[in-house]
Amino acid sequence: MTVKGKRITVHDMTLRDGMHPKRHQMTLDEMRAVARGLDAAGVPLIEVTHGDGLGGSSLNYGFPAHTDEEYLNALIPLLKQARVSALLIPGIGTVDHLRMARDLGVHTIRVATHCTEADVSEQHISLARKLEMDTVGFLMMAHKADAQRLVSQARLMESYGANCVYITDSAGYMLPGEVKEKIIAVRAALKAQTEVGFHGHHNLAMGVANSVAAVECGATRIDAAAAGLGAGAGNTPMEVLIAVCNRMGIDTGVDLFKMQDVAEDIVVPMMEHPVRIDRDALILGYAGVYSSFLLFAKRAEKKYGVAAREILIELGRRGIVGGQEDMIEDAAMSMAKARGLI
Amino acid sequence: MSQKIKCALIGPGNIGTDLLYKLKRSPVLDPVWMVGVDSASEGLKRARDLGLKTTELGVDGLLPYLAADSVQIAFDATSAYVHAENSRKLTERGVMVIDLTPAAIGPFCVPPVNLLQLVEKREMNVNMVTCGGQATIPMIAAISRVQPVTYGEIVATISSESAGPGTRKNIDEFTRTTAAAIEEVGGARQGKAIIIINPAEPPLVMRDTVHCLTETAPDQEKITASIHAMIQEVQKYVPGYRLVNGPVFDGNRVSVFLEVEGLGDFLPKYSGNLDIMTAAAAQTAEMFAEGILAGTIILTPTCPVAPAA
Repeated sequence: MTVKGKRITVHDMTLRDGMHPKRHQMTLDEMRAVARGLDAAGVPLIEVTHGDGLGGSSLNYGFPAHTDEEYLNALIPLLKQARVSALLIPGIGTVDHLRMARDLGVHTIRVATHCTEADVSEQHISLARKLEMDTVGFLMMAHKADAQRLVSQARLMESYGANCVYITDSAGYMLPGEVKEKIIAVRAALKAQTEVGFHGHHNLAMGVANSVAAVECGATRIDAAAAGLGAGAGNTPMEVLIAVCNRMGIDTGVDLFKMQDVAEDIVVPMMEHPVRIDRDALILGYAGVYSSFLLFAKRAEKKYGVAAREILIELGRRGIVGGQEDMIEDAAMSMAKARGLI
Repeated sequence: MSQKIKCALIGPGNIGTDLLYKLKRSPVLDPVWMVGVDSASEGLKRARDLGLKTTELGVDGLLPYLAADSVQIAFDATSAYVHAENSRKLTERGVMVIDLTPAAIGPFCVPPVNLLQLVEKREMNVNMVTCGGQATIPMIAAISRVQPVTYGEIVATISSESAGPGTRKNIDEFTRTTAAAIEEVGGARQGKAIIIINPAEPPLVMRDTVHCLTETAPDQEKITASIHAMIQEVQKYVPGYRLVNGPVFDGNRVSVFLEVEGLGDFLPKYSGNLDIMTAAAAQTAEMFAEGILAGTIILTPTCPVAPAA
């Protein structure tokens, strides 16, 4: 399929997925600086909140430096053209959070479930639709379900009122061939007016390649983050995606130099550690484990003396899904006990 | 044969059927009615096979027989939407109601924590919170009885197979109800609940993690002893309730990692989430029944309340 002249919406993750490598401690000033830069670069949609979405503030995922309300209030009035989105994971956040976000001026709500559990999103998607928000269904860990299953789940979300459904590679596990197969299947199954999106992680360095593959197969919304700031080895790096799209003639409406400068001048200096494919982040993609487990596994390694990558492989073996951060310390302790370390 | 209190079950689904098996074993409870809304229901047929009377006319089909069959306790395993009406009709007629829906009209009941108090108050309607609440609130209470807990959080993971359509359609009810009960029954100043549905095959046994923040440095020895004592209390009615790891102390954070395996009465063993609900409901009914049999509890009909205009 030719993509020349095709218009896509790039959706920035720096201030939401990027909260994971920042341990949810981003300051309001950091957020403002990034948001202003993205807005000026022409990024049309910016996601903001705790890394685990609205209501993610918890001992299990980490308490943020500021509440979701504080972040949203600080950013929304600043933006000249960009709109703001918020993530909501049912089971963590509720419709109360959704209403709060809308009242603060959030334009897009993204309701996320594990890729086989779309029916828990009915309450939230139908309310967002009723409130006339841009309503997105977000099927996480999409490598864990075959194309047919994803189709059925995407259709459920569409039936509840989603006007866009994402194939979300939360583990950074998928390779371009798999992305193509799944995007083609979901694209064909949904109504023509329902958009299809792709969210990648860069754990196997496939972020850009997978995103391009998705666009070639009909996806029109692509997630990426400045300098890739996101969980695991990060999200698809936005500035690289924009450069590649420019080369291919895909129209993103984003200014490459300005986007590069946001990444280089604002986001890279914010990083607490280099967001890169280190030996643990690589294993996330290799074993198919939820990307935000990375720092928790590293902390458990320090505390219990079991290598983070071994913990991650054990979590993959157990079939642990997004949100089960509690099982990282649990697995580490069980492994340490079995080895006589504690 | 010693005397037993006669019970009715409303809702012949998974929960109602599993509960029926448990009541059949009870020394003080005798399940005599199963109430449904669909004459073709498997659950109603199963109940008939086990010797119960059944009706497919909902609670209205049961009301005419309450007195003749001396039904004194009813379990409602339907939905929050119909529970209020079911409860009104039954309590007006002097039947005590145990609510397994998220309706929570009556006070929350977590047996090892507050059942005795509820029995003393002769409550006519008690609510069994949620599966995650039953699995975790005993641990929060075990910590908060040692020292003040400023924040209590639970993460309940249930297998996809054991998450019914009701839970899925209204997952916010789980987080809200559980969080409220963490505060009201668990004794945490602020409560938060998270639920995860995991589709792994073979299905995972229910896991529950409890994280608390104590106001001052945790007294590790006392908290550890209190947790172990509370686990034994829960094991009296849920033998598959187990500590997997912890308690972990990290600053003022106390974390406990649990697993709940069901008895496998009607539902598979991995669905400890359903088992702990039915076991807690049966335990609650038994304690009320013992009071009724001993004459210390006399069930009195509630005053009919005019429906809101």
